[in-house]
Amino acid sequence: MTHSGFLLNIILWLPAFGGLVLLWMGGEREAERQTARKWSLGITVVTFLLTLVMFAGFDPNNTGFQFVTDIGWLGGLKYKLGVDGISVLFVMLTAGIMPLVILASWDVEKRAAEYLAAFLILEALMIGVFVSLDLFLFYLFFEAGLIPMFIIIGVWGGKRRIYASFKFFLYTLLGSILMLIAMLYMYWDAGTSDIVALMDHEFSSTPFEVMGLELGAGVQTLLWFAFFASFAVKMPMWPVHTWLPDAHVEAPTAGSVVLAAILLKMGGYGFIRFSLPMFPVASDQLANFVFFLSAIAIVYTSLVALVQEDIKKLIAYSSVAHMGFVTMGIFAANQQGVDGAIYQMISHGFISGALFLSVGVIYDRMHTREISAYGGLVERMPVYATIFLFFTMANVGLPGTSGFVGEFLTMMGAFKANTWVAFVAATGVILSAGYALWLYRRVVFGVMTNPALETIQDMNKREIFTMIPLIAATLYFGINASALLDVFGPSVAHLLDGYTAAVGAPDPILIQSGGEGAVAAPAKSGAAH
Amino acid sequence: MYYSLIVLLPLLGALIAGFGVRWTGERYAQIIPSALLILCAVMSWFGLPGAVEWDAREPITWFRWMASGELDISWGLRIDTLTGVMLIVVTTVSAIVHVYSMGYMADDPSKPRFFAYLSLFTFAMLMLVTADNFVQMFFGWEGVGLASYLLIGFWYHKDTANAASMKAFIVNRVGDFGFALGIFGVFAVYGTLNFDAVFEAIPGSQGATFKFLSWEVGVLNTLGMLLFIGAMGKSAQFFLHTWLPDAMEGPTPVSALIHAATMVTAGVFLVCRLSPLYEYADGAATFITYIGATTAFFAATVGLVQNDIKRIVAYSTCSQLGYMFFAAGVGAYEAAMFHLFTHAFFKALLFLGCGSVIHAMANEQDIRKMGGLWRMIIPTYVLMMIGTMALTGVPPFAGFFSKDMVLEVAYAASNNAGMYAFWLGIVVAAMTSFYSWRLMFKVFHGPRNGDPEAYAHIHESPPVMLIPMGVLFVGSILAGAVFYNYFVGDGAHDFWGHSIVHAKANYLYVEKYDEMHNIVHAAHYVPLWVKALPFFAMLSGLLLALYFYVWRPETPARMRAANPGAYQFLLGKWYFDELYQTIFVNPSMLLGKFFWKKGDGKTIDGAIDGLSMGIVPMVTGIFNRMQSGYMFHYALAMFVGVAVIVTFAVTGG
Repeated sequence: MTHSGFLLNIILWLPAFGGLVLLWMGGEREAERQTARKWSLGITVVTFLLTLVMFAGFDPNNTGFQFVTDIGWLGGLKYKLGVDGISVLFVMLTAGIMPLVILASWDVEKRAAEYLAAFLILEALMIGVFVSLDLFLFYLFFEAGLIPMFIIIGVWGGKRRIYASFKFFLYTLLGSILMLIAMLYMYWDAGTSDIVALMDHEFSSTPFEVMGLELGAGVQTLLWFAFFASFAVKMPMWPVHTWLPDAHVEAPTAGSVVLAAILLKMGGYGFIRFSLPMFPVASDQLANFVFFLSAIAIVYTSLVALVQEDIKKLIAYSSVAHMGFVTMGIFAANQQGVDGAIYQMISHGFISGALFLSVGVIYDRMHTREISAYGGLVERMPVYATIFLFFTMANVGLPGTSGFVGEFLTMMGAFKANTWVAFVAATGVILSAGYALWLYRRVVFGVMTNPALETIQDMNKREIFTMIPLIAATLYFGINASALLDVFGPSVAHLLDGYTAAVGAPDPILIQSGGEGAVAAPAKSGAAH
Repeated sequence: MYYSLIVLLPLLGALIAGFGVRWTGERYAQIIPSALLILCAVMSWFGLPGAVEWDAREPITWFRWMASGELDISWGLRIDTLTGVMLIVVTTVSAIVHVYSMGYMADDPSKPRFFAYLSLFTFAMLMLVTADNFVQMFFGWEGVGLASYLLIGFWYHKDTANAASMKAFIVNRVGDFGFALGIFGVFAVYGTLNFDAVFEAIPGSQGATFKFLSWEVGVLNTLGMLLFIGAMGKSAQFFLHTWLPDAMEGPTPVSALIHAATMVTAGVFLVCRLSPLYEYADGAATFITYIGATTAFFAATVGLVQNDIKRIVAYSTCSQLGYMFFAAGVGAYEAAMFHLFTHAFFKALLFLGCGSVIHAMANEQDIRKMGGLWRMIIPTYVLMMIGTMALTGVPPFAGFFSKDMVLEVAYAASNNAGMYAFWLGIVVAAMTSFYSWRLMFKVFHGPRNGDPEAYAHIHESPPVMLIPMGVLFVGSILAGAVFYNYFVGDGAHDFWGHSIVHAKANYLYVEKYDEMHNIVHAAHYVPLWVKALPFFAMLSGLLLALYFYVWRPETPARMRAANPGAYQFLLGKWYFDELYQTIFVNPSMLLGKFFWKKGDGKTIDGAIDGLSMGIVPMVTGIFNRMQSGYMFHYALAMFVGVAVIVTFAVTGG
């Protein structure tokens, strides 16, 4: 603990403070709106810069938590914060995306101050999820994060915003309740709500039966499912994914960006922070179950994406497919799988964020998301065509972009754990090319048939400026993946050491080692001489 | 540094052409990448002796790409003979195509974009051939796929071009699916993806098995098959060939560079690069032989009846790639590389020649609307003639040496697969000769069948197009005779060094010396009739073409009328496109619709909606109130509420 946790506290609470000030300032006049925008941008940029300062002082080879704050709160609860190699990058991703989100919201006029405030508060809550080291603190942030998102969709969303935000809420509610019950049990069982301590606590894995159902890892199985109920919805995993396309379609552009780039990552983060280290036996037993769902998610949602008529829905379904790689990688429970899953989440943050920004660019001009309303955009919008192509290619995991590394590593890890899931997931690589290129062809290429498009303007400076950091990150982390892998690699290795200690080493890949053949070969060639 | 420059200069060219037009102007956006490529080509030729010498002793490492557990991948170069040869092929043809394009694309409004793509392609291809590990190879592999996608769809207002570019990318992805699984398998088994380490471990895993999907299978054959699926996609082999003819939608220089000389040969290169694997994977190697021979035959049959000048050459390419594969399949990697090398020259020449014809005929591509052109464009005619002679195997042009070698090794293999390949190969040689001469006769001889208007404006291509073709002309004449000794002759062993491996167990008995030799060596001692047969096959094809299109021009129509079924079957390309549409594309769409409407819509959302029926009105009410200005108070209340509940639950419990 060489560094004080003070910095992390500032990073966490600065956006919330900024948001509250904004609410207090309010204002509906243009000058006030402009102030609100600049204030928000300033707050988010400063927050991001502070995360850079934190990162500069972060030691990746120390697998423990750093920048820790640990003070007692109510009862046995603690206010405990800290970051390890895994969470530090999620904090940076969140803080890095937010200024772009503010830029993307620049033209919003309806209650601009409140809109921006919602995002600032959301930022604080999301960072809170990633830095909480107390069970209930985590729960608070995890659930509270829904509220601003709920409001962003419900107030600034599209026509069916009530339906969408309600569906979003309903889905997540059930999972939350189960998770809360599980947390209460854990607190009761382990006598602490400290996440670090809970990781070392061994929850019982003695099998027992409930209503005729055999629970292979007993208590761990129950706890695992309770957390799973919450995280699977957040990911989202098939079949609890249907809230996502609706939420995306109705959400304003900036809302979609946050949803895709950051909120979706909380489920995956949860699996890595809780399920693997705290319920290893259950995770090991249920890995095939997760593989099954992941494989379905990848193929099913890719096929659904293929036939979408709404651009945003298509990208939303593609997100679900990409998250399938993440869950697959996590439960492969080997270094490549988990590394790949984390990489995929971070990379998906850039790529899906950029894709939703891209949709926003043309939506702002044409006010429709119907694919058939477009076509031939390349004639009038060459810059847009180039940027959209870049992110389309990143989305299909072209090597050289960050999208490749995550997909590749998760499949590599999955192959070691279960060749079937890797096999099915790899078909997703073909399908993703199908839906993504077909979308691109219909929107950007071809002949411009819609007369309304003839006066469409290419991206303006602000829009391009918003994209540049995302392009740079996608490319840079595509060719220098070590820059990220080396940050969380040691933490993941540490996590997996504990996991292996609990469940034993995986079976070797080879059934016959080939010793026989190796002996036979020289004899054969000897005879040849 | 020297070799790194060869690889990186095209990237620089691509960036300049792509993003620097504002500063360079349109003219220099073409000249700079072309000049850089010429420099690369010269450096590659001079770099060959060094590459042979280097023999992959140690890789050149740039910087680390990714490390995860035992996986450790760096960007870098592997320099050996195989790489050296590919550097020459890629940079030479690319340089020629760059220069040629300055003339061919002169009227196109987006020339800088075109040159950016060409150079980008070249960079990706060079990354592929210099890779020292599977992942960088995959990077180049998909990178060339991207460039191919961009170039096929270069004229994006053409719907057919857009469809073709998509098809190329997706069919290639099917191949990449196998390739990727192969890579995962290699990593799972060997714990590394660096070539040297994997190659070293392979002989020790003969007889090893692992569980793939639900079956216990041999490691080496399974990995060999999976990786070969990648090669099948990239090199348009049987089952995954459908994209290549459609790729002709791209500008013709692209066809010459990507879809004849370089990218499509990447699969052959892959198999040769992995000779340490295929030498020990009999089953996979046999499969390669059968697929190669079948492709050679299939594509040649389709080529017999096509009427689009570029598609004929495209099917010819597909067919010749089949030759290369079966040579590699029987273990004669040197022969495969030799044919790859000579083919690059004459096939690029033929394509650029086609381009010149198309250019002269104002974008006409149907050979039924040509004829009698030779007097009007004599230089093009001569160039195409040389290309055709080299392709069909007229001695002493380039193809004669390499094609004979390919057929001899197939015979020398003296197993079922080898015999299958040999005899089909002989038939293909005759068919190749037939369709090539058919093209020549229909385009350059006979009556003028086209639009008189088009004939009135026929003009020879400018020197900027003809001169680069001249380089290929020289290559088509000399590449076979000059390099025979190095590639497959007595000098082969020293030339290839460690870049190609022959397992002792696969050596063949040579009666003359009463010794065991590797297949390329043994192939020199096949019976005389085996060596002579390809020549007579070529001759028969030529005579038949003469009969059909010069002496008795009414014959083809009569044949068509007599065998309408067979004709349609060949014209319809064995109906692969229709088949795939029916069994892959349509069902995917239907399934997608079904999952969306019935799965997501009816089943999942149906359940959710049912659940929420009672609660929706309440929530709507809340929102209405929120919108009247209280929403953040409400949010805050909710937040505090949650906190209170938790606190209560915890402290109370």
